[in-house]
Amino acid sequence: MLEVKGLTKTFGALRATDAVDLEVQEGETLAVIGPNGAGKTTLISQLAGNLRPDAGRIRFAGEDITSLSAPQRSRKGLARSFQITSVYPEFSALDNVALAVQAHAGHSFRFWREARSDPALIEPARRMLDDVGLSERTNVLAANLAHGEQRQLEVAMALATRPRLLLLDEPMAGMGIEESQRMIAFLATLKRRQTIVLVEHDMDAVFRLADRIAVLVYGRVIATDSPEKIKMNEEVRRAYLGEDA
Amino acid sequence: MTFALLFEQLLNGLQFGVMLFLMAAGLTLVFGIMNFINLAHGSLYMVGAYLAVAATQWTGSYVLGVVLGLAGTLVVGMIVEVVALRTLYERDHLDQVLATFGLILFFNELVAIIWGRAALFASGPAWLQGQIDLFTGSRYPLYRAAIILVGLVTAIILWYVVTRTRLGMLIRAGASNRTMVAALGVNIRLLYTVVFGFGAALAGLAGLMAGPIYNVQPGMGELILIQVFVVIVIGGIGSIRGALVGAIIVGIADTLGRAFLKPLLGTLISPPAAESAGPALASMLIYLLMAAVLAFRPQGLFPARGG
Amino acid sequence: MLVLLALPPLVIALGQPFYLDLVRRIMILAIAAVSLNLILGYGGLVSFGHAAYLGIGAYAVGILGFYGVTNGWIQWAVAITASALVALAIGAVSIRTSGIYFIMITLAFTQMLYYLGISIAEFGGDDGMRLNAKSQFAGLVDLNDPVAFYYVVLLLMLLAVFLTYKIVKSRFGMVLRATKSNEARSRAIGFSPYPYRLAAFVIAGAMCGLAGALYANHTNYITPGLMSWQQSGDIMFMVILGGMASTAGPVLGAFALLLVEDLLSGWTQHWQVILGPLLILSVIFFRRGLAGVLYKPDA
Repeated sequence: MLEVKGLTKTFGALRATDAVDLEVQEGETLAVIGPNGAGKTTLISQLAGNLRPDAGRIRFAGEDITSLSAPQRSRKGLARSFQITSVYPEFSALDNVALAVQAHAGHSFRFWREARSDPALIEPARRMLDDVGLSERTNVLAANLAHGEQRQLEVAMALATRPRLLLLDEPMAGMGIEESQRMIAFLATLKRRQTIVLVEHDMDAVFRLADRIAVLVYGRVIATDSPEKIKMNEEVRRAYLGEDA
Repeated sequence: MTFALLFEQLLNGLQFGVMLFLMAAGLTLVFGIMNFINLAHGSLYMVGAYLAVAATQWTGSYVLGVVLGLAGTLVVGMIVEVVALRTLYERDHLDQVLATFGLILFFNELVAIIWGRAALFASGPAWLQGQIDLFTGSRYPLYRAAIILVGLVTAIILWYVVTRTRLGMLIRAGASNRTMVAALGVNIRLLYTVVFGFGAALAGLAGLMAGPIYNVQPGMGELILIQVFVVIVIGGIGSIRGALVGAIIVGIADTLGRAFLKPLLGTLISPPAAESAGPALASMLIYLLMAAVLAFRPQGLFPARGG
Repeated sequence: MLVLLALPPLVIALGQPFYLDLVRRIMILAIAAVSLNLILGYGGLVSFGHAAYLGIGAYAVGILGFYGVTNGWIQWAVAITASALVALAIGAVSIRTSGIYFIMITLAFTQMLYYLGISIAEFGGDDGMRLNAKSQFAGLVDLNDPVAFYYVVLLLMLLAVFLTYKIVKSRFGMVLRATKSNEARSRAIGFSPYPYRLAAFVIAGAMCGLAGALYANHTNYITPGLMSWQQSGDIMFMVILGGMASTAGPVLGAFALLLVEDLLSGWTQHWQVILGPLLILSVIFFRRGLAGVLYKPDA
């Protein structure tokens, strides 16, 4: 479903992304791991359309999307969640998700009917919030949600756009143990019906959720394999997991 | 239209451009480094003009008047920065626009209270009256030539400071990545005050030089300020080089347009139509130029932040 | 609030005609403020050139009148359409930029129109032009009647507020507000900000053009000064004084600012030297007007 070839991005002398090749099959969950500074978020940004690569191609569902903007990619079915929470703070959780639903419900040049009372937007939004476990908090302003709840909202908004591929950038960033467990459980159910590219630090999550793992070090993919094989890969252990993993 | 006339207007354009540059250089740095939109920059220009005139009358000496005028503008600029503007650096552009707008009202009225609303008479010094001979055979006012000279010298000094000194390096770094400079432990507040002071002094210089040529009156700053904005948009925010190039382009385009568009149009369409279309088009020229540049390079010609 | 507005017409109509004039002027400018609030308060576009549309609307009435076209329907339709077209042109170029660029560019374009107004001598140039006759709405209403005119303005102001209210709550309004709140997030879920912002810009321009047409009828005199950046600044202040978070806020802001201006100018001809610092202080301390209990955006 997603095919990345030779993706390269340099900032001055820094090669943030170095000739990266990736392939994601429909229905699978690919985890991207790597030490800090490996360029994981830069990679996601290029996949989502927030950053233009200097070289390389990206194909999504058979179509070359390298030159498409972020909104265009979203409309093609590529959804992204942000590592640093990026929601609409002054809107309620429900409004937040409803906006995501609205973005994919045709054009929005409708000037008369009130959006907040439109069932075509509200119903799917409610369902999405139920799914991620925020049904009790629909009317709370996003700014007033707990950090973990905001991360859940991030995922809900990405899901509300009914994506064909989910790019999740450290969905569990900053979450406590309990919240992380809940998110992992939720992602585990999500796995079954979504294609996911997951960037994460939490190794527990990675090994439980990933079908395959790609290891990124200094912008280069040094290994792409099944979790067991990655665990045993010498190079990976040295670069990332440490000798005593 | 003779070559001599064309050359004379070119010089006028250069002179206007040089003044625009003095205003634009300081302002573009303030925009780029401090991300602060300062509408009151024109007020500093006005203050420079008024203080120089007042100081010259008071001391009887033009040179002393210039020095005092410059120093005075610098002081006023610093006071304004510390008292009113410091709190606004962290605020969004809307707040900055509105607050500096309030400053404009205040300064314009203050000046009117002290000196009245009528335009003040400012003459250059006796040793700058007179004309010089151009190679084209015609003569050009010495005062305007002096302005061009001062402007170019200032440009060279600025270039030296920005590219060859440590302060200049900080300025360039700050213009392209403000947060990084702060993170490196540089005393950001001091840097801001210095940059702002720079800008104020340059504006004051432009103002006091402008006195004898343009009207010294309340509101004079705003007339030129908007043209300065055009210069900055064309040249790119945060870039002194852009300010210079933009200023020269705008100065020359505007001057030549005002001088030659009407007669030029008169040869293409009927003279009566050109009578109104000419000046109208001339006054719109630099804005159309700005729109054209924006169509191709929304960041201006030499933006400080990497493309 | 709305009650306050409906009562005075009755009371004042019996008393001082001066107040009728004053409140009418305030309401006309309130319409301009309401239109600016759409793109500024809800859209986050700091447009410093909004007074341009006041001028365009006013000159539309003036110029058509000059050539003998005094039919109000035609005049006002042209005022609105011309403003919309100019807004489309200016917006198309400006909205591609952001931040400081956008502010400067909108200011520059307005200034361009101002100079254009000055340089066209037939229509009075710098001095402006007189209106021969008010817009004629044969049979419907006579604008020469101060009270009738007053009610027309009141009605249009309420209409402007109502329309803005509907727009802001609609899908379109939500996109606009979302884009202001968090542009990156909006793009990530699939909204391209540009078309929506441009549309809002045009709508705001058109509404302000109507205010301009009303203004011309109110003062019987049209000068390029109507398009000056000082006028733009005034309108902006009305918006923030009233609180940008509500559709009726700008109306309050208009009343607040213009009544203060009226009061101060009664004291001294140098009232701006007091108003200036007042405005500065209000920006520094009075953060978002009567904005209510909403989340304060990050600095």
